[in-house]
Amino acid sequence: MYSVTYHRASSVADAVKLVKKGEDAKFLSGGMTLLPAMKTRLAAPSDLVDLCHIADMKGIKVSGKNVTIGAGTTHGEVASNEKLKAVCAAFSDLAAHIGDPAVRHKGTIGGSIANNDPAADYPAALIALDATVVTNKREIAAAKFFTGLFETALKDDEIVTAVKFTAPAKAGYEKFRNPASRYAMTGVFVAKGKDDVRVAVTGAGEDGVFRSKEIEAALSKKFDASALEGVTVPAKNLMADIHASSDYRAALVVVMAKRAVAKANG
Amino acid sequence: MGVEGIGARVARKEDRRFITGAGRYVDDMVVPGMKHAAFVRSPYAHADIKKIDVKAAEAMPGVIGVLTGKQLKGDGIGNLICGWMIHSKDGSPMKMGAWSPLAVDRVRYVGDAVAIVVAETKGQARDAAEAVEVVYKEKKAVTDAVQALKKGAPQLHPEAENNLIFDWEIGDAKATDEAIAKAAHVTKVHIVNNRLIPNAMEPRAALGHYNKAEDHYTCWTTSQNPHVARLVMSAFYNVAPENKLRVIAPDVGGGFGSKIYIYPEEIVCLWASKRTGVPVKWVADRTESFLTDAHGRDHVSEVQLALDKNNKVIGLKVDTIANLGAYMSLFSSSVPTYLYATLLSGQYDIPAIHANVRTVYTNTAPVDAYRGAGRPEACYLIERTMETAARELGMSPAEFRRINFITQFPHQTPVIMNYDTGDFGASLNAAMKEADYAGFPKRREAAKKRGKLRGIGFSCYIEACGIAPSKAVGSLGAGVGLWESAEVRVNAVGTIEVLTGSHSHGQGHETTFAQLVNQRLGVPIDSVSIVHGDTDKVQMGMGTYGSRSGAVGMSAISKALDKVEAKAKKIAAHLMEADEADIVIENGELKVAGTDKSLPWFQVALASYTAHNLPDGMEPGLKETAFYDPSNFTFPAGCYICEVEIDPDTGVTEIVQFVAADDFGNIINPMIVEGQVHGGVAQGIGQALLEGCRYDADSGQLVTASYMDYTMPRADDLPSFKVSTSNTPCPGNPLGMKGCGEAGAIGSPPAVMNAITDAIGDNDLTMPATPLKVWASLKAMTRH
Repeated sequence: MYSVTYHRASSVADAVKLVKKGEDAKFLSGGMTLLPAMKTRLAAPSDLVDLCHIADMKGIKVSGKNVTIGAGTTHGEVASNEKLKAVCAAFSDLAAHIGDPAVRHKGTIGGSIANNDPAADYPAALIALDATVVTNKREIAAAKFFTGLFETALKDDEIVTAVKFTAPAKAGYEKFRNPASRYAMTGVFVAKGKDDVRVAVTGAGEDGVFRSKEIEAALSKKFDASALEGVTVPAKNLMADIHASSDYRAALVVVMAKRAVAKANG
Repeated sequence: MGVEGIGARVARKEDRRFITGAGRYVDDMVVPGMKHAAFVRSPYAHADIKKIDVKAAEAMPGVIGVLTGKQLKGDGIGNLICGWMIHSKDGSPMKMGAWSPLAVDRVRYVGDAVAIVVAETKGQARDAAEAVEVVYKEKKAVTDAVQALKKGAPQLHPEAENNLIFDWEIGDAKATDEAIAKAAHVTKVHIVNNRLIPNAMEPRAALGHYNKAEDHYTCWTTSQNPHVARLVMSAFYNVAPENKLRVIAPDVGGGFGSKIYIYPEEIVCLWASKRTGVPVKWVADRTESFLTDAHGRDHVSEVQLALDKNNKVIGLKVDTIANLGAYMSLFSSSVPTYLYATLLSGQYDIPAIHANVRTVYTNTAPVDAYRGAGRPEACYLIERTMETAARELGMSPAEFRRINFITQFPHQTPVIMNYDTGDFGASLNAAMKEADYAGFPKRREAAKKRGKLRGIGFSCYIEACGIAPSKAVGSLGAGVGLWESAEVRVNAVGTIEVLTGSHSHGQGHETTFAQLVNQRLGVPIDSVSIVHGDTDKVQMGMGTYGSRSGAVGMSAISKALDKVEAKAKKIAAHLMEADEADIVIENGELKVAGTDKSLPWFQVALASYTAHNLPDGMEPGLKETAFYDPSNFTFPAGCYICEVEIDPDTGVTEIVQFVAADDFGNIINPMIVEGQVHGGVAQGIGQALLEGCRYDADSGQLVTASYMDYTMPRADDLPSFKVSTSNTPCPGNPLGMKGCGEAGAIGSPPAVMNAITDAIGDNDLTMPATPLKVWASLKAMTRH
């Protein structure tokens, strides 16, 4: 690791002030991506502004079907929150299967979505749930937030402070893990709302998370795994690497969607 | 069997310090004034070095010195060598290209060391290493051995035309060709044995300390054989004469072969310590481990198996190309030759065998022995071929193997090995019973109903370990003998130190070696200390690899114990005024047989040191040394059965059952043996399902250079193993032991692949059978 100056922010405003002072300062949340990148000398920020101790950014509020999760909430907390589980178990289940216990107890939802790793789990949930990303400046629809591989709509001094969504009638998430890294090699989140079915795919798209029209169309007719028999998704624009070809990922999208629907239907 | 003697399931003495984090590894060593090193490494697979400018690096904070290959050569430090001479079939010696510990004018693989930076801290050393300016002129690279042999391929070493190191053969070509010509059936198989990266838990490390006052060097290093390291560094690399070089291998966290060899880093750290005047420590990070630890396997073979009309094997012809990487590592030449082709007979009575092996330079990390070393390659080849033949003949794979088993011992194969003992049918029967082989068709049907493809596969392995008879390996080209040494030092009050040339890096020697002493002398294992891994403490020894510490290392201890016992009996007889022949040692006492006269062990020990009342002419003391040179290899064998279920939607293979029935000869500690089998099978399953080293064919970059892309086996990839043994004692050594350290890694890959190919019906599938490959194979078959 290169040398770096660490700052602990006491509030969102303090964090913004601190990050502006640094030459190449970065916000630090759980650090589950940034710290390994720094340790292997692939990232070299001049300053780190730690957001983990900002009380306003922590905690989960559930009011009826409306869910608000503070950006500094860890995956472990999302996984184990009883109120959240009661309204949207799929979201907790997703969090319960991110990384390993150490990652889940440090990594945060805000850090994960601000990083927008194409193999991260949360982006699929946020897109399928039509969630809203709240920042210190504005509210951004999830569909407009994730803009590409490791790219988001965030400005340099903009901090994700919370995520909001309305719990759907039914939801389910299933992923196929990369055999080596155990990140999602293809993850599918299905959500059946009042009016529509939304299906988002992570881990597979060349541009990051995306909605699958083919699967949404089939599930809109019948929200059941059987509706996906014979359905295919195009391999075009899907990633290819040593672990999975784009054809294989296209097939996995359908298989994971089937399993996610089966889970959603309990 | 006593509670702590041979055969007892004694908990490992060393585990307390390991699992409480109290182990002392090279990185834990601190010497006053010690500084830290980082290596500048080639980012290219193949390039000429045009210029190295160290000025900017030297000016960096904390930097003590930046040293390059030119200075190293100027100080007379030698090139790394391969210590096993192989001659091509035309009689010419192997073509060893120069391997300078720091590259001088050319780099040949990504990670090749170019310079060393010594600084106050590790971070400063790394910062400065990035500031060393190396101007490279990139050359075309080749990473695949088959491609490297082709005309027009990039050439690595001027010494090796067409990148060919040697073209070697073994066996009778004429007889084998005749067998194939007259065969009723010939099974042909293309076999690929995938390249693996060892991944010991502890990365390699070295701490070099030159003491100017004494003109003496000390090297702490992660070695499986510190004496060999000292010998090689003295005799070939001119680091220092042996008497001025102490090598210490303290606790070492796993080796699997990769820590046998002498690497550039320990040589350079010692040299740099003299050059800079400070002790120099280097500890590899994980990326360096991936890039520069000697890799394993990487063979491509064409196989023909000839069968007569009764389905008996009458000939085996093998043509293998083995990738040795950019340079010849210390024992690299022996692995695809005498550790490989000599095992191609497997468990079968094959009258004619011929194998041709070509070894090749490529722009990849050096390849050398890795758990099993040549024998996994041989076992995979013969067991995949036997299974394929059985399928082609429509025979039960068990029955086909059974009718071809060797049943009379000793058995001379056509490829040097003389199998001393074994009962292959017994292991096969035990495994089939344990696996409920008869019930498999029902299980397959049930799986089908659940949408799963179920398959079952056999592997009847044999390997040669307990390496090795020195005279025999010498005649085959080895530069060293492969005996082992032991000194048993009885202290004045009867406690004991055993100084062994073996080295424990996970094997549990502190426990098993003490169990042997307990068995012989009745001394509690807590009163027995095992001393190893330090050339200043322990007499010359050959170290631990090739499953040799039991069969060879403990045999040396046994021989030393014979001498200790003989002297103790003489003293006891003298003290009890009895005939020496009547003295027996039982439960920690020396007794006069048939009487109630006895002396406790400690009194005899004490008597030997007080020397007040010893037989006339006897020297005081009770300490004996022995060197043991084995008369033959030992031949562990067994039968592994793997049962898998495959999800056709995703291509995921689940191992639903894994049975290992082994014959290891006599066993000292069954719990440790089971642990060895578990670990070996896990590595074998890793090779079959998960692990595959990949280089980019064009750039020569290592694609699988971290755990993000290199799939190590995890607990949830593995089933609960069913292990058992049915043993035939080895007649070749005093303890009847064979060796169990490598068997699991040798025997398991073909069992897994035979099961998967049985399940999906595609016999061409290669390792690792990743979900992608299995899915693609199933998809291709549906299409056709």
